[in-house]
Order: sequence, then C-alpha cells, then structure tokens
Amino acid sequence: MNENPLPSVIPDKEWKKIQRMLSKRSLWMIHFCTGCGAMEMPPVMTSRYDMERFGIIPMATPRQADLMLVTGYVATKTLKRIVRVYEQMQDPKYVIAFGSCPINGGIYWDSYNIIKRLDKYIPVDLYIAGCMPRPEAVMDAFLKLMKDIDEGKANGWMRYRKYYDQYKRNQMRIFKRWDE
Amino acid sequence: MIVDWLIQAGLVALYLFLAVVIGLLFMGIARKVTARVQNRVGPPVYQNFLDVGKLLAKKTNIKHNWIFDFAPLFALAGVLLALAYLPMGGYKMLSGEGDLILLLYIMAIPALGFALGAGASANPNAGVGVMRALMLMLSYEMPFLLVLLALMIFYNTASLSTLLEKQMSFAWGIVALPISALAADLALQGMMMEKPFDIPIAPHEIASGPLVEFGGKYLGMLMLYSAGSIVLETTLFVDLFLGGGVVLNPAHYGIIAYVVNYLVWFVFIFIVWMIAVLINAVFPRFRIEQAFKFYWKWPTVIAILGLIQAYIMSVFMGVVP
Repeated sequence: MNENPLPSVIPDKEWKKIQRMLSKRSLWMIHFCTGCGAMEMPPVMTSRYDMERFGIIPMATPRQADLMLVTGYVATKTLKRIVRVYEQMQDPKYVIAFGSCPINGGIYWDSYNIIKRLDKYIPVDLYIAGCMPRPEAVMDAFLKLMKDIDEGKANGWMRYRKYYDQYKRNQMRIFKRWDE
Repeated sequence: MIVDWLIQAGLVALYLFLAVVIGLLFMGIARKVTARVQNRVGPPVYQNFLDVGKLLAKKTNIKHNWIFDFAPLFALAGVLLALAYLPMGGYKMLSGEGDLILLLYIMAIPALGFALGAGASANPNAGVGVMRALMLMLSYEMPFLLVLLALMIFYNTASLSTLLEKQMSFAWGIVALPISALAADLALQGMMMEKPFDIPIAPHEIASGPLVEFGGKYLGMLMLYSAGSIVLETTLFVDLFLGGGVVLNPAHYGIIAYVVNYLVWFVFIFIVWMIAVLINAVFPRFRIEQAFKFYWKWPTVIAILGLIQAYIMSVFMGVVP
C-alpha cells in the first residue's frame, strides 16, 4: 500500500541547469485552495510579504503555472481535481503541500473521506508543517524550493513520469472511476 | 544591390528585435512601478526576460488542433509586421502612401491571430474573453478613428512619413490638436488593455480569458507578442502626436540624427507607457458594457470636438502645415 518512491536526485542533462536557473526565478503559482491554508495566501501576495519580489505571481489557470500549492486537507473528491490540475500543468512543475493535513491527515486523520498522505497520489516537492503555517513559513518554503530547484532536488515531475504506474495505481485505489 | 538589401534587412531585424526587448523591459518596469505604487518591493526590472526564457524552455504538451498551434506565431508575426510599418525614432522600414489607413488594418491581424487561437482551444472562458476583446475593440476604435480623421484633415496626409515631416516642420500634433491627443490617449488605454479596460484578460473573472489554454512555449510566444504590442501602441501615439521623437533632421545630421531620435523616441514611449501604467495601478476594472458606454460617450465627444477644431483651423483659419 505505502510503496512510495523515495525522493532522490534523478540525473539530468548538464544544460538543464540554465532551465532550472530560469525556472526558479519565475515560479508562476496556482493555489489549489482547499481548507484553511488559502487564508494565508493574501498576506503572502500583498504588500506585507510581497512574494512578487522573487518572481512568484499567482496564475489563473494550471496551463500557465509551474507551482501548485495544495493549501489544506484533501478530500477524496478534491483529490481527483488536484490530480487533474496537476496533470494539466506543463513540465517542469512543482508542488508545495501546506499545513499538517496533506502530511499525515492532521486533525482529519481518522476521517472517512480525507486522504492522509498527498505524496502517495502526486509527488510533493516540499511540505510546510504547521496548522496553519504563518506567511513567514510560506516565504521560507518558497526560498527553500528555489534552492532545491537550483540543486536539482525538486524533481517531483520527473518522479511522476518515472513512476507513473505506481502513482496511478495509488490514485485508482481511491477513485474507483475517473468520470464522476 | 544585394549588399544594400542585406543591410536593410539587418537593420529591420535589429529594429524589430530592439522593439521586442524594449517591450519586455517596459513590462518589467510596469511591474516594478505598480509594486511601488502598492507599497510593495516588486520584482527586478529584468523579471520578464526570465519569464520568457522560462516559458520558452518549458516542455509543452497541449494538443488541440493546428490552428491553436499556429495562433501564437500568427500573433507574433502580425505584431512584427505592424511594427515594421511604424517609424521608430524616424526610421521608416516599410512605408507607402496611405499607410496610416493600412496600419489600421494590419493592427487587427495580431488580435485576430490571438482570437483564432483562443477560439480553437474551445474553452468557454476563452470564448468569453475573445468576445469581450472584440467588443472592446469596437468601442475604442470609434474615438480613435475620429482622431485619425482629425489628423488627416489637419495635416492633409494619410502617410505616416509625411505626417512626421510635417510635424517636424510645423508643430507636433499634441500642440496643434491637444483635444484629439486627449481622446487618443483615452483610446490608447483600452487598446493596451490596461486597468479600467482589462476586461478581456480579467484573471479573476474568466481565468485570463483568451490565454486560458495557452501554456509553456505558446505562452512565451504570446508574451513576446504582448511585449511587441506595447511598443506598437505607444509608438503609434508618439508618431501621431509627438512627432515620432524626431528632433534632428536625418537629412542634415545623418547617423547621429537616427541615434538621437531613437533615444528621444524611447523617452517618449516610456512617458506614454508610464501614464498608462499609473492609471492601471490604481483603478479597478469596468464591466464590458460600462467600457462600451464610456468609450462611445466621453472619448467620442472629445474626439468630435478635436475634429471640429481641426476642421475650423484648416478650413476657416487657413492653417496649413
């Protein structure tokens, strides 16, 4: 059940360094606002903690985005939408999971319709612990993600391609069918 | 013969390349200025170069149909063609008699390409966005055409190069026809889709409208297109009303005149762009019918007043530039 591929540095071509350098400086973000984490985004975007100084701007559609924020608990119904949004994003793409709920279920750990680990269904590059993480923590996570991208550690999208079957198997265990 | 042709082609390529670079720089400056107005730090001014580089380096896996693939190229090529018809700093790349009217048609090509791609994506948001864009175009073209009519009556020409010469020898359009210049600047705000009129690409209502299905390399091309169109629209205003930035006559001063004129042109389009950006930074968004009503009411009235002024000056007072 819990066979999740471990995050490791997947070897990449040398010239992709330029791409990583560019993509860490202009992360376009789509925030999938589930749960209470969405409330932490406005301070991060606006003048107090202005994330645009790092080139991170909110985008309206997943097609244009590089970075997805899952901001809170993930219900089984929401998971399908998250997977669809994630698959519509263009590679390279990164995921940040917010708060304790996507890590281990948080306060919903024994709920019948909340999944416990997001990482089993889509690859997560970075977790922010806390219930809820403060905007400082979010900014810190962005900086950490930028560092990881630069070092080639944030390679969730490569993991998703490499272990696609296992991710799909985990997802189908939840969904039963795709078209509802 | 062939060498002349090559030099000419190289110069045109250089000018178009510089126009796109200036457009990207202007987008970055606009983001920085907007951030400062909103009491933020804002991204560095070269942010949009990073963005375009990132977008063009992304893997792109969007499949709709060949029109969708073709549309960003169509838009970029259309905007480059329109830029080639505009004198930038007094340098004429392509020109001919009546190119002011021709330009109006050419300026519709990039928007059309954009609409084509958005329509081909079959996304309802894109459809709504395109419909709004065409409606907005219908609204700002009315005052803008009246302004062009006033200019054509006053300067008695439909050729951009003759217009520049006459503005240099007589008086700039903004001095001779200030009322028309005001109407043109109001129309320009809608043409550039800046804040009271960013109805077609409203990100919070219709998920960035026509752009909704574009991502990766397609979006990179469209970003280059919008960079070009910023320069196109500001240059149009500068050429019509500020003499195209021509302060030295190239016939007398040669190459120095081109360099100085280019710098003056750059300062002028920067000022025109900054006016639009500062309005953009503080205003909310109109609804489409409000924008339509606004354009067919105030700028149209102002443009008609400008037309009357131009007519009286040229016909009754005998002012002939």
